[in-house]
Amino acid sequence: MANYEPWSEDRAREVIADHVNTEGAALPLLHALQAAFGCVPLAAEPLVASALNISRAEVHGIVSFYHEFRRTVPGRHVLRVCRAEACQAVGADAVGAHVRSALAVDWHETSADGAVTLEPVFCLGLCATGPSALLDGKPVGRLSPAKVDRMLETLS
Amino acid sequence: MTRIFVPRDVAALAVGADDVAEALVGHADLVRTGSRGLFWLEPMIEVETPEGRIAYGPVEASDIPALLADGLLTGSAQHLRLGIPEHIPFLARQTRLTFARCGIVDPLSLADYRAHGGFEGLEKARALGPVETVATVLASGLRGRGGAGFPTGIKWKTVAEAKGARKFIVCNADEGDSGTFADRMLLEGDPFSLIEGMVIAALAVGASKGYVYTRSEYPHGIATFDKALGIARAAGILNADFDIEQRVGAGAYVCGEETSLLESLEGRRGQVRAKPPLPAHKGLFGCPTVINNLVTLATVPCILRDGAAAYQAIGMGRSRGTMPIQLAGNIRHGGLFEAGFGVTLDELVNDIGGGTLSGEPIRAVQVGGPLGAYFPPALFDTPFDYEAFAAKDGLIGHGGVVVFDGTVDMARQARFAMEFCTVESCGKCTPCRIGSVRGVETVDKILAGQNIDANLELLRDLCHTMKFGSLCALGGFIPYPVLSAMNYFPEDFRPAQRLAVE
Ligand SMILES: Cc1cc2nc3c(=O)[nH]c(=O)nc-3n(C[C@H](O)[C@H](O)[C@H](O)COP(=O)(O)O)c2cc1C
Ligand code: FES
Repeated sequence: MANYEPWSEDRAREVIADHVNTEGAALPLLHALQAAFGCVPLAAEPLVASALNISRAEVHGIVSFYHEFRRTVPGRHVLRVCRAEACQAVGADAVGAHVRSALAVDWHETSADGAVTLEPVFCLGLCATGPSALLDGKPVGRLSPAKVDRMLETLS
Repeated sequence: MTRIFVPRDVAALAVGADDVAEALVGHADLVRTGSRGLFWLEPMIEVETPEGRIAYGPVEASDIPALLADGLLTGSAQHLRLGIPEHIPFLARQTRLTFARCGIVDPLSLADYRAHGGFEGLEKARALGPVETVATVLASGLRGRGGAGFPTGIKWKTVAEAKGARKFIVCNADEGDSGTFADRMLLEGDPFSLIEGMVIAALAVGASKGYVYTRSEYPHGIATFDKALGIARAAGILNADFDIEQRVGAGAYVCGEETSLLESLEGRRGQVRAKPPLPAHKGLFGCPTVINNLVTLATVPCILRDGAAAYQAIGMGRSRGTMPIQLAGNIRHGGLFEAGFGVTLDELVNDIGGGTLSGEPIRAVQVGGPLGAYFPPALFDTPFDYEAFAAKDGLIGHGGVVVFDGTVDMARQARFAMEFCTVESCGKCTPCRIGSVRGVETVDKILAGQNIDANLELLRDLCHTMKFGSLCALGGFIPYPVLSAMNYFPEDFRPAQRLAVE
């Protein structure tokens, strides 16, 4: 479970300052913001724009291009379930459907109790022991609907 | 204390390797390694004995007390005993060059790396000098392992001869293809081989800085490689003349395409660039750039060490050397199989892979990731070779082989390919951006039984447009899985008729 800092413009400026001097700074900087705050909120865009000396529209274009950058803080846990072909071959579609109904969410959504954010991912490199997922960065293999239930029970 | 090797490869962690390691604490000296790549046997642990290493697997933490009581530490316990790992048929049949150390060494020990032939290639390259180093890579016949199969030596020669204020070595570790994990295994299991390969490349072309662009879906690999970079810097292997920085992607498949990757490294949206200019002439920040797949770069050290002729002697046709083939999906013996080119699909999936995990007959195999064709068993005599696959409208890509049994619905797979393209298209060219959306709609109409013949015709026409009109191989190759599904599994595109027959 990740502990994110509450959004603060001053803190964001510090994070940005740490990365702004690397060449091609945009991605390292956005990753650092997301690591700190759990997401890259809209409020961060003008700060990034002025630090990188590009327009806010450009920053928005970059953030929205990459699937990984979130716009809102995730739940207490992040579950990333693989939806790619090798996992499909061993039942990833059924696992995905089961997780969604168990949490009553669609992909990219957070369960009503704020416990789990569900994100789709296209391959974790665990393709011989699928269906695969990362739960808060920890790998899980050979997922089945029953194993999903056991896993979700441990979360609060 | 007896040494026991326990993998910390993320695929082993996914099935409980950390718990196994914990259960062994206090009983043995633990060495955490990469994986040998026999994933159905993970967690596979190895005990050091006077007769060599003895493997056990798949081991669960709860097995450890009984195994210890039965003589695990002397390799005499019989339960779960696999014997000498190199004698396990799946490993015995391989030719491990690029993966020679993976699963054996402590990935972060320079001493281990040296003891297993590490840095001998770099010493050779230093002795040969840049021109001869490039000539060696060229003579080895090494082709890019990222997908396109372009001769690596030619790429290096172009960059060596190009003029630029700075030059770069970029490693493509975006490994986006489903069914592939070779890059990941090396990042986690033998990171110094990549560092050595990049240092050799820098020496060969005169580059001063290297970047490794790793996909964010690999947090463990990223962490291990960052540590390896720190160790290499402290040891002076990376220094002011040539240093490497790791950059992390952000979930965009198209950023594996080389020009999109360069855009992303430069801090922009990962939109594909039109070629020419080639990255070799105007790549990162407009400078001459070698961009190679991770496996390509990690293979260079052993080519230099053993000589071009030794590498060139392996393989078939114009595909020289070995390919780390990744067996995945619904397969009994999934894992990494490095072998000389020429092994057939049938040998790979039936013989070596042991057929499906479900025990049902294989219905289809997708080779080369989401842009690769689906092959039916009738094509399983195809040898693993760039040209042989191209001749059958397929590609070997990064070497991923994904097996499906009879439960697969090929019209759904065709739909998935198009849908994937709608999500992952960089948006720069129309055939890919709009064509894929129309593709999903058309497959949906077919699945709903609307004007099936006319819509199949339309889908074919659309594939033709995407194939020849797209800017890069994302839109250009998505037609392969779609057309192969239509050609080899036509019954799945006529659901109404299929129901009638049943
Ligand atoms: C959509 C798309 C995705 C790609 N993804 C990757 C990838 O993840 N890894 C990779 O090494 N090459 C990938 N490639 C191939 C690269 O464009 C390029 O050919 C390769 O990095 C060159 O290195 P090589 O010659 O060593 O193979 C991709 C190509 C396309 C069109
Ligand atoms: S396809 Fe799911 S982990 Fe690779």
